[in-house]
This record gives sequence, C-alpha cells and structure tokens, in this order.
Amino acid sequence: MDGYGGIQVSGFVRFLESLDRRWIYLAMAIAVAGPIIYIGLTGKTLPETATPAAQAVFDAIEELPSGGHVLFSFDFDPASGGELIPMATSIVRQCAARGHKMVFIALWPLGAQLVDETIKRVITADYPHMKEGVDYINFGYQAGNEAVMKVMLTDFAKAFPNSSNGTPTTQIPVVHGVTRASDFPLLVTISAGYPGAKEWIQYVVSSSGGRIKMVTGCTGVQTPQLYPYYPTQLTGMLGAIKGAAEYESIVNDAICKAHPGTTTPAKYLEAQRRMGPQLGAHLLMVVLIILGNIAFFAQKRAAAGAKS
Amino acid sequence: MKLSKAWIVVLLVVIALISLRAMTGQGMGRVYVKAAPQTVEISADAATGTEAKTIRWMEWHAVPPKDYTAAQAADPAQTSIQMSWARTIGLWMAAFFTLAIFSFMYRDNPGYRVAEAVIIGVSAAYWMVIGFWDTIVPKLLGGLTPAFVREHILPTQIDQSFTQNIAMWCALALGIMLLMRLSSKGAWISLWPLAFIIGVTAGLKIVSHVESDLLAQSVATFKPLAAVQRDASGAFDLMPTIWKSLANILVVVGVLCCLVYFFFSVEHKGLVGRGARVGIWYLMITFGAAFGFTVMGRVALLAARMEFLFDDWLWLIDPAGKRAVDVAAMIVGI
Repeated sequence: MDGYGGIQVSGFVRFLESLDRRWIYLAMAIAVAGPIIYIGLTGKTLPETATPAAQAVFDAIEELPSGGHVLFSFDFDPASGGELIPMATSIVRQCAARGHKMVFIALWPLGAQLVDETIKRVITADYPHMKEGVDYINFGYQAGNEAVMKVMLTDFAKAFPNSSNGTPTTQIPVVHGVTRASDFPLLVTISAGYPGAKEWIQYVVSSSGGRIKMVTGCTGVQTPQLYPYYPTQLTGMLGAIKGAAEYESIVNDAICKAHPGTTTPAKYLEAQRRMGPQLGAHLLMVVLIILGNIAFFAQKRAAAGAKS
Repeated sequence: MKLSKAWIVVLLVVIALISLRAMTGQGMGRVYVKAAPQTVEISADAATGTEAKTIRWMEWHAVPPKDYTAAQAADPAQTSIQMSWARTIGLWMAAFFTLAIFSFMYRDNPGYRVAEAVIIGVSAAYWMVIGFWDTIVPKLLGGLTPAFVREHILPTQIDQSFTQNIAMWCALALGIMLLMRLSSKGAWISLWPLAFIIGVTAGLKIVSHVESDLLAQSVATFKPLAAVQRDASGAFDLMPTIWKSLANILVVVGVLCCLVYFFFSVEHKGLVGRGARVGIWYLMITFGAAFGFTVMGRVALLAARMEFLFDDWLWLIDPAGKRAVDVAAMIVGI
C-alpha cells in the first residue's frame, strides 16, 4: 500500500517520493564537476553569442575616444568573485587595449584588494607600458556609501583625497582635469549588492543630467533588479556569469582580430569555462523539474482516484 | 545517526582518489614564492630634517609551480624560488573550510560548525577593524585633530576646513548621544541622533528615488505602441517593427496590469479582476526570472569553488597552464 487510499502508483514514482535529497546534491556536484574537469583538461569552451546588453557594454568602451577617462567602482568582495572577477578582468583588458585612462575606486572594503589583483593580472602582466599614476590609479576603499557618491558629484578630490598608496590626488597626473564625477564620460561598476549599481544610478547617473554613461557587471541576484534601468539609465549590462561569458568572447574576438596570430591566454577565458558547469547544472535541474512534476501529477491522479 | 553503506562507499572513493592524487607524481596543493628584493631611496630634506637613507626589504611573490620546476632543473641548489609553508597551509585550510561547508549538505557536523564559527568570528573582527581604521580614525579623529593624526597615525591625513572641523565635533556629539542607548536612564537621548539619521537618509532617498525611479521610469514607460522601424536606407522594415511594437505593448500592458493588481480600493472583479490576473502572471514571470538568475549565480559560485579544489588544491586540472604538465600526466599524476 502506498498512502493513496489503496490506489497503486508506479514504483518509479514511489522511488522519486522517497529519494533522499542528498543524492540530488551528489548529482548536482557531479553535473558541475564533470564539465569543469572536461574543460580543464581539454581547454574547450562553449560558443557564445552576445546579447544586446553585453554588446552595449563593449560598444560604450569602444566608442570612447582613446585616452578617455573611465571610472571603475569595484563594489564587491571575493564572495561574488566567481561571477564578477571575469567581468572585471575583461572590462579592464578592453579599456587597457583601447588606451583609456582608468581610475579605480571601491565602495566595498575588500574591493580595493580586488582592484590591486585585477591591475596585476591584466595591466602589469599584459600592458606593462601603462604607468601607475599616468595611465591608471587605484584610490582604494572609501567608507560612506551614498555619501561618497554625493561628494564625488561636486568634488572628486574631497571624496578621494589620496590614492591607495598615499599620493595626494592633486599630484596624480591621470586625474588632472577631473574635478567631479561628471568629468568621467564612462562609469563602470562591478556590483554585488549595496552599495552598488542601483545606488550609482540613483545618486550619480540621474543627478548628472545624462552626462555620465554607465555600464555595469552585476551578480545574477541583482540582474532582474537592474533590468528596468536598461537601456535608458544604464547603457549596458553584464548579467551574471552568462553576461560575463558573452562579453569575454566579444573582447577576445576583437583583440584577436586586432592582433592576428595571437592566442587568448587562459585567464581571459574564465567566464566561458564556467558556462560548462552551468550547462550541466541547468540540464540536471530541468530533468529534476520534469521528474518532480511527473511525481506531483501521479500523486494527484492517485489521490483523485482514491476519492472517486 | 549512522552513515548508510552507500554514503560510506562514496566517502571512501573520494578519500582514496584524493590520497592517490597526493601521493603520486608531482603531488598537490603546494604554493611557491619567488624572492623580490625591494628598495626605496629617501633623499635628504633640510626643511623637514630628513636624512638620506635607503630602506630595503624582501617581498615574496607567488609564482606558478612550473617556475619552480624550471628553476630546479637549471640549478638544483637555487633558493630564489621555494615552497612557502605559510601559503601552503593557507591553501589547505581554504580547501578544508570549503569541504567543511559543503559537508552540511550531508548533515550538520562538527567540521561545518567549526567553519561556520570561524567565518562569523573573522567577519565580525574584520568589520570592527575596517570601521576603526576607515571611519573612526581618518574621518572622525582626522577631522577633529588632523595634525595629531598625521603625526602619529596616518601620514597622509589632510587638513580640514573650519566648517568641516565644526561638523566633526557635531558628529562626535551625535555619536556619543547614540551610545546613550546603552544607558537605562539616558536612552531617550539616543532618539535625537536617530531622528537626525532618519531625516537625512529619508531626504537623500526621496530625492534620488523621485529622480531615478519615479520620473525616469515613468518616462521610459511612455513607449509608442506602433514603433515603426526603418533600415539603413530609410525604408520601412516590417519584422523589426513588429517585434519592437510587440515589446513596447508588452511593457505598457505589464506596467498597467501590475499597477491594477496592487490597486486595492476597487474590488478585483470584471475588467479590473482580469487586469489584476494578467498582473499576477507578469509578477510570477518576474519572480521566475529572478529565481533563474539567482540559481545561475549560485551555480557560478559553486563552480568557482570546485575549480579551486580541482586546480589549486588537487592539481587535477590546469586551465591556466600553471604547472605545464600534459593532460594524461595530470590525470595519473606523473
């Protein structure tokens, strides 16, 4: 007997009902680990086609004249690094390849260290001709959340009086001519929550009267909250690891076209590598949802049969 | 609770594979560092009485294991690249805590509790340190006594204007008043700084929300229902026109129906009821999309941790070419 008023349900449905959830966890671990190992050993990644939101991020950086100022705000910490570090890496790479002047700030305490790591990984390693203070600068973390944004709108040097290594802002060549946030034609936020992309839109982009273009790379959790701002208040958006993989593939293609014969280093394929585990996990979830529905409708049918 | 036989088998297989990986070939989970001598020359400055001097120190930068292998092959007695015990222990601790957190999926256990307690303790301490060194010292103390802070704590502290200095004294007073919450008799005093905080926050938020969410979003909703699209030559383009118009209609209908759903002054019957029902569908699709994105984010984080375990710890994969060993050799650990 099976608890449905004597009506028999199949053994398979009973198996689904009594399945220990830990077997599902194990299946998920295998679904994620399998593609990681396969991609890690073979180096093969899945092809990506850019959506308009990811393409808009690429276009916004490309359209900026070479040597234009880009303000980066690293508003995340290592907990979101799995999604956001590949975005940060690729955006900094595109800006460095275009010769833009990069100014880095962080409104999350650990963002400052992530800026340093990104600079080492991309600029120091592959664009050694770029000089700190002349082509890029890290202003580090500043406490105050929205208050920092509001102060930046009127006086950048007041919000960030020194760079992270203690050089006074007035003595840093890369920010000569920059007095307020609206002097940056492009703002890039890598955002994991509060304060992040939403606050930048609310306190800086909206108040600048359209003088600042903003693009963002954000976590999957934030993406649905930011979609209403695209494309009017938010020029472009990389949503979750999928957005990162799309953008990474456009940047890699563009750089390979500009320098024929070069291969893309593995560090610039991180997001595309992570799409394999996504595929495995999503396929498993689709199968589980189908099985769950089969069990649900079988139970319902059995219960209806028992009543009649 | 006892482990079931199947789970014991799974656990033993995992332990056996890790042991095999650790004991064969080039091993696993080691961090190598390279000596990078640093020098700073300080020139004499008569104005400040600074004497000329040279400061030297050693930094150890992490390098991929293949650099160590190459250096050893060239000179087995070299010491410029060596294994860092401290960083290696850190790597193994990271692997242990990752597995300890994962172990909760099986069931609650002491390993998980240790990892959880460490996370909470480290986070609390970290935020206290950040709060002290990034807010209290540079902003409050630096605002009140910039010269003292510059001399003894932060050499980069800049002077404040008179009004900024006064503002900092006000901030100090409000901060002390807020701490009166801890007093049973003077708790009412903390209501004043709370009122200040709420008032300032509300003022800031109202303006920004009206500008960016209410007005800008309302403007973005005024879309043409028939959005005529033209190609590069200026000719009418049918399919883009259909798709763009359809997208605009969906946005406008969605906004109206969701607003109707949240309009409770009229009973949800007839046309209003049908509109509210469509609104529910829109909301459900939105929640589904949000859930889907959340799942994608979590899977990405899981993948990142597994990559760490397989790459940095187990040396099972090498996507970045850090160890320069071919695929077959990596699998068997030669």
